[in-house]
Amino acid sequence: MTTVELPFPGLAGVPTKDEPQNRKEYTADQEVRWCPGCGDYAILAAVQGFLPDLGLRRENIVFVSGIGCSSRFPYYLDTYGMHSIHGRAPAIATGIATAREDINVWVVTGDGDALSIGGNHLIHAMRRNVNMTILLFNNRIYGLTKGQYSPTSEPGKITKSTPVGSVDHPFNPVSLALGAEASFVARTIDSDRKHLTAVLSAAAAHRGTSLVEIYQNCPIFNDGAFDAVKENDTKADAIIPLEHGQPIRFGALGEDGLGTKGIARSSSGGVEVVAGNSPDVLVHDAHNPDPTTAFALSRLTDAGVLHQAPIGIFRSVSRPTYDDGARQQIATAQAGQEDANAALATLINGKDTWTVL
Amino acid sequence: MAKEVQQLDRVIIRFAGDSGDGMQLTGDRFTQESAAFGNDLATFPNFPAEIRAPQGTLPGVSSFQVHFADHDILTAGDAPDVLVAMNPAALKANLSDMKPGTAIIVDSHDFTSRNLIKAGYEGNPLEEEGAGSLAEDYNLSVLDLTGMTVEAVKEFGLSRKDAARAKNMFALGLLSWMYGRPTETTIDFLTARFAKAPDIRDANITAFKSGWNFGETTEAFVVQYEIKPAAMKPGTYRNISGNLALSYGLIAGGVQSGLPIFLGTYPITPASDILHELSKHKKFGITTFQAEDEIAGIGAALGASFAGSLGITTTSGPGIALKSETIGLAVMTELPLLIVDVQRGGPSTGLPTKTEQADLLQAMFGRNGESPVPVIAPQSPGDCFDAALEAARIAVTYRTPVMLLSDGYLANGSEPWSIPDVADLPKIDPNFATETNKTVTSKDGETSEEYWPYLRDEETLARPWAIPGTPGLEHRIGGLEKGDGHGNISYDPANHDFMVRTRQAKVDRIAESLPPLVVDDPSGKAKVLVLGWGSTYGPIGAAARRVRKAGHDVAQVHLRHLNPFPKDLGEILKGYDAVMIPEMNLGQLSLLIRAKYLVDVVGYNQVNGMPLKAAELAEAITDLIAHTTGDVPTTDSTGEMEAVK
Repeated sequence: MTTVELPFPGLAGVPTKDEPQNRKEYTADQEVRWCPGCGDYAILAAVQGFLPDLGLRRENIVFVSGIGCSSRFPYYLDTYGMHSIHGRAPAIATGIATAREDINVWVVTGDGDALSIGGNHLIHAMRRNVNMTILLFNNRIYGLTKGQYSPTSEPGKITKSTPVGSVDHPFNPVSLALGAEASFVARTIDSDRKHLTAVLSAAAAHRGTSLVEIYQNCPIFNDGAFDAVKENDTKADAIIPLEHGQPIRFGALGEDGLGTKGIARSSSGGVEVVAGNSPDVLVHDAHNPDPTTAFALSRLTDAGVLHQAPIGIFRSVSRPTYDDGARQQIATAQAGQEDANAALATLINGKDTWTVL
Repeated sequence: MAKEVQQLDRVIIRFAGDSGDGMQLTGDRFTQESAAFGNDLATFPNFPAEIRAPQGTLPGVSSFQVHFADHDILTAGDAPDVLVAMNPAALKANLSDMKPGTAIIVDSHDFTSRNLIKAGYEGNPLEEEGAGSLAEDYNLSVLDLTGMTVEAVKEFGLSRKDAARAKNMFALGLLSWMYGRPTETTIDFLTARFAKAPDIRDANITAFKSGWNFGETTEAFVVQYEIKPAAMKPGTYRNISGNLALSYGLIAGGVQSGLPIFLGTYPITPASDILHELSKHKKFGITTFQAEDEIAGIGAALGASFAGSLGITTTSGPGIALKSETIGLAVMTELPLLIVDVQRGGPSTGLPTKTEQADLLQAMFGRNGESPVPVIAPQSPGDCFDAALEAARIAVTYRTPVMLLSDGYLANGSEPWSIPDVADLPKIDPNFATETNKTVTSKDGETSEEYWPYLRDEETLARPWAIPGTPGLEHRIGGLEKGDGHGNISYDPANHDFMVRTRQAKVDRIAESLPPLVVDDPSGKAKVLVLGWGSTYGPIGAAARRVRKAGHDVAQVHLRHLNPFPKDLGEILKGYDAVMIPEMNLGQLSLLIRAKYLVDVVGYNQVNGMPLKAAELAEAITDLIAHTTGDVPTTDSTGEMEAVK
């Protein structure tokens, strides 16, 4: 049994397996029961595909989910797993991750689960930077309860619970995560297997809480919500790709082989779209300790019907994790520790005793 | 001046002052001195929910009652023999508990017209004379404790305010002299507590000694009292509060099971002490997680249990309401989990610092679906240790959440505790699953070895507990109904009915592991049984003693296990003509007993945020005996003596 060292600090402490593993080993015997065409299938396939490549021992991986369509996810992976209750997966995962350094912890959640009922647990997990990877399947709708608007639905959304249009304002999950001090924040798309795999691998390798928003199509209740970033004729203008160290350019390719549009600082302090060849185009720095630019980039996402969104890793910075700190305090206290029974006897006797003969 | 020494068998003192006057500390020190002296004792701290209620007002009064004796006692006492009142509000708030002729020592310094008005006095009660006056009705001592304190500590150059703050130590010194308490423990305590502030340390020690010396020299007090050490069972003792004993019991649960403890919790009165205490003991491998809310606290604890820790969450009633859904998940996933509810006055925010027993039905039934949870309750501060260890045993052995119902009276009250020998504590076997447990034959006749997470132990009906990191036993659990044995999701109607009954049967099976109940019926002739649970043990026991002393027969049974009930409870109940159940609620145990055993119990119910009073309860028991046997009581059952050895 060996331990993974850098460059995968997120997996340090988790035992590895020397023999190669395959996707079949990671596939549970349960019949997958999502609707035909659901984006969840593609995400499951991607996860089953790349998990073996992490080289971890399968029994040291735990998937925790809440309630919702996406939360059935753990049943389909032959690792340890818990399908818990609505919104609480980050809290349960915090207990697992803090109690056991040797466990690789994943949370699978949706926009309702993570951002409505579980919003508090989500932000506090990210604030603490507990070592876990959170996959937030965002389909901008409530699927399991059959089609009410969600906290990421666009204003004016007509649903069963909003027959004349929603008057709610949606969350931008990436903005929320950055505001909650998350150390790793990314966005990817269910249908782009290559990008999805790359982002999830980077998220797993990160030590601390990784929040990955996955645009996920619900073909039944919100079909086409992400067409702009998926369709060949629109995606060049819709996807603003974020790659660390690369200029942020998108749109139709220009003479230099890069997008004819770029992102630059605006006079208001945010960011704006400029010509791709402008000298002001920003070079993406995911490792910038200051989250201001990452936040500004997140605001390029449409709050209404989606026409444009940055995709990629917004932020990936290193800071101390809650679980490492908690374990360190215990390790320090236990250094040179006497026998537990003797310690218990000393403890319960205290200092002020008297003896009756 | 040689003073007269009077022998007493027991005394109840109540220290009362403003919440900033240090009355809890004063009471605690007097308690430690009495413990060191060898008296039996019981304490009752009573303080406002506000950290600093407006100074000098009735809501701001904080008090600490200590009952100490030369024999074994069961409660902190109904009414004080001595009241120490540090200001007008403290006098006014506590006077109604004082019987005529009892002693009242008053610090006159704060009896200014402004403070008298704040406390609601029209004139100065200390100056009144004649019929109905304090001086006439009580053994009143009016002393300028603050003034004497300031004078005594002036050499240390403290501000007047800081100097006056040592008045509680002056009062403690005076009372310590009066009752012949040993002073070393308090001087050692002050030395350690103020080690970093020598001026404050010296001022407090000087004030304490000055109070003692004042008692010895003044002509205001001519009598010193002696309360001999109590004859207690052989053993090593310490004074301990319920929350501390409960914390130690949890730690013992970790040590005895070999499981690391994971406490996931959120601060709440009166349970926070347990978080504070466990935070100090990381060397036992204890993780304390102060979560963002009650729900996350129990969620993290359950996650840690899944990962192989002893998951614990601590709270009070409002927190239980928030944790209910996760308790249901623990019932469904059948994982060990300890839920500690230090009950307080409810509903809603209720009375945060006062005691109550009104969460029993919430503990039993406060979840959706058929969701059985074992419930156990400690009966005294020291007993919180054993109850916590027992809760851990049940949780780990039966793979179930367990509700441990303490209350505010137990949490903050204290008593001498016979410290157990660690070698005598029960061992708890986590019995982790390490291997597959089921041979499965496929349709084509091939066999394979599988791990079935819901294949049960025949004796306990507990399911196996395989923790992450165990190769070959990978499995998924969750809140959806599980298929019997294999544990996969099942919507099969017959399976659901079977699993509901099996979860209930598992909890019922715990009764097989319980010892017979102890029936306290000294004469064996009692027709009336008093049945209780939790912190009413003391008042019920004290009331029973009074009743017996008056010549009547009464039996007492006290329940530690409220779900499941011990197997012999039904037979015991049938053996009596009448059963009384005293509770600090409107009859929650009564409801359960009536429902299960069809016994027409008589409730004795009080919900005023305070412990039951033994004298009043004794009267009610005596009335029930008279009613049951047809006898009219001939002796006053409310005599002063609580106990006879």
